[in-house]
Amino acid sequence: MVMAVTVHIPTALRAYTDRRESVETEGGSVGEVLQQLTAAHPPLRPHLFTPDGRLRSFVNIYLNDEDIRYTGRESTPVKPGDSLSIVPAVAGGR
Amino acid sequence: MATLTEPTPAIELSKDEILRYSRHLIIPEVGVDGQKKLKAARVLCIGAGGLGAPVGLYLAAAGVGTLGMVDFDTVDFTNLQRQVIHGTSDVGRPKLESAQATLSEINPNVRLVPHPVRLSSENALEIFRDYDLVVDGTDNFPTRYLVNDACVLTGVPNVYASIFRFEGQASVLALSGGPCYRCWYPEPPPPGLVPSCAEGGVLGVLPGIMGTIQAMEAIKLILGIGTPLKNRVLLFDALQLRFRELKLRQNPDCPVCGAHPTIRELIDYQEFCGIRGEAAEPEPPAGDEVTPRELQAWRQRGRPVFVLDVREPHEVQIAAIPDTTLIPLGELPRRLNELQPDRETVVYCRSGQRSARAVRHLRQAGFTKVWNLKGGILAWADEVDPSLPRY
Ligand SMILES: [Zn+2]
Repeated sequence: MVMAVTVHIPTALRAYTDRRESVETEGGSVGEVLQQLTAAHPPLRPHLFTPDGRLRSFVNIYLNDEDIRYTGRESTPVKPGDSLSIVPAVAGGR
Repeated sequence: MATLTEPTPAIELSKDEILRYSRHLIIPEVGVDGQKKLKAARVLCIGAGGLGAPVGLYLAAAGVGTLGMVDFDTVDFTNLQRQVIHGTSDVGRPKLESAQATLSEINPNVRLVPHPVRLSSENALEIFRDYDLVVDGTDNFPTRYLVNDACVLTGVPNVYASIFRFEGQASVLALSGGPCYRCWYPEPPPPGLVPSCAEGGVLGVLPGIMGTIQAMEAIKLILGIGTPLKNRVLLFDALQLRFRELKLRQNPDCPVCGAHPTIRELIDYQEFCGIRGEAAEPEPPAGDEVTPRELQAWRQRGRPVFVLDVREPHEVQIAAIPDTTLIPLGELPRRLNELQPDRETVVYCRSGQRSARAVRHLRQAGFTKVWNLKGGILAWADEVDPSLPRY
C-alpha cells in the first residue's frame, strides 16, 4: 500500500529540492520514501547515500521524533501523515 | 533534579546585588538561594562569537559568578553582523579583550576568566575541570567532538547549539549519564561536505536565538529548575519559524559514553575529522595562487579570508562560490576603495585568467595578501563542490 509522507529537508540540502523546505513523497517504509525522494531529486542522492547505496553515517533520519537507528533503520514502516526528517550534523556557531 | 552547585555559606549578596537582581529574587523559583547558586556557578563558554556573544551577555547580566571564555581570534568586520558582544571600534582587538570590556560594563560583579588559547587535546581537560558547566559555541567539527569528549571525560555537562544559515540545533549533552554528541552523530561528515558559517553564511539573528536558548538552559541547570533539554534535540527553522523536537537516546555502543568506551582520553580530532595532511593552520602560499582545496581548508577553519569575484553579473547568476563579493574586472580600478589592502584576499573568475590580471593590479596598488584562485570556479566545481554548474 502506498502512502503520502512529508519529508523535511534541511537548509543545507534545499539547493537540491528546488529550495523547498518539505517534499511530499510516497512509500511504505523509510527506505522506500528515501528512494522515491532521491529519484525525484537525483542531486540529493550522493548527500544521503554512499556510492554503494548505504545511508551515510553522518546523516541522521528521524521518523516523526524517533531516530530510525532505533526503530529498524530503512525497513521502519511509515504511515500516512508521518513526517520524515533529514538532520545532518551542523557545526557552525561563530 | 539535583543542582550543579550548592551555595556555600560564604556566598552572600551585597546590597547592590540585591537591587540589581531584584527581578530574579522575586521569582519563587529563583529567590535569594537561586541567585546565590548563580553567583557560585562557574560556566565556561567555548567561543566568543555568534553563540558566545548572547551566552556571555545574558549569563553575565544574570549574575553567574565565574564566566570563563575560550577564544584565540581577533574581532573582524565580518563578525559584527552577528557577534553583538563586539563593536566596530573593537575590530582588530582580541575577542576576549573586547568581550571582557563589554561584560564587565554589563556586570562588574562577574569574575571573568579569559582563556586566550586554541582549545586542544592538550589543554581541554585541565581547563574544563575548573567549571560546572560548558556552553559550546564553536564552529567546526574537530572542536565539537573535542568539547564533547572532554565533557564526558570530566563529567561536566555540555549545553550545545549549532547554526547554519536559518537553522539551529540545541541540546543539553553529557548531563548526568545522558546522551552525548557522539551518541547522536557517531562520525563527523567528511571535510567539505557540510559548509561552515564562513562559507554557508548565517543570518545574524539566528545565533542570537540559539545562544539565548543555551543561556536559558545553563541558568535552569544551575538553579535546578524546570526540565532540561536532555534526551532530546531542539531544531529551529527560522524561515518557517518552527521549532521541532527529536528524541535523543544514549547509544549503548557510544565509543565515549557507552557501556564499553573505547575512547578514554582525548584523541587527535583533526585526524578524526579527516582534516590531515594539511598542517593545523596552513600558511598562506608563497606564490600567487591558492588551490580550491586550500581555500576550502582556510574557510573551514574560520579564517576570515575575503573572496573577490571579478566576473560579470550574468556569470554569477549561473554559478558562484558562496560568500563572495562581486566587482567585475573592468570596474576594479575605480572601486579599490571598497577593499581592504591588508586583508587576506582570494580573487576568482571562471578559469583563473581574469583573476590573475586582477591580482597583479591589486599587488601594484599595494595589496600584500592577495592570491589568485587556481583554475577559477571551474576548478572549484571539480575539487570542492561538484554540484555547481559548469559553463
Ligand atoms: Zn555518547
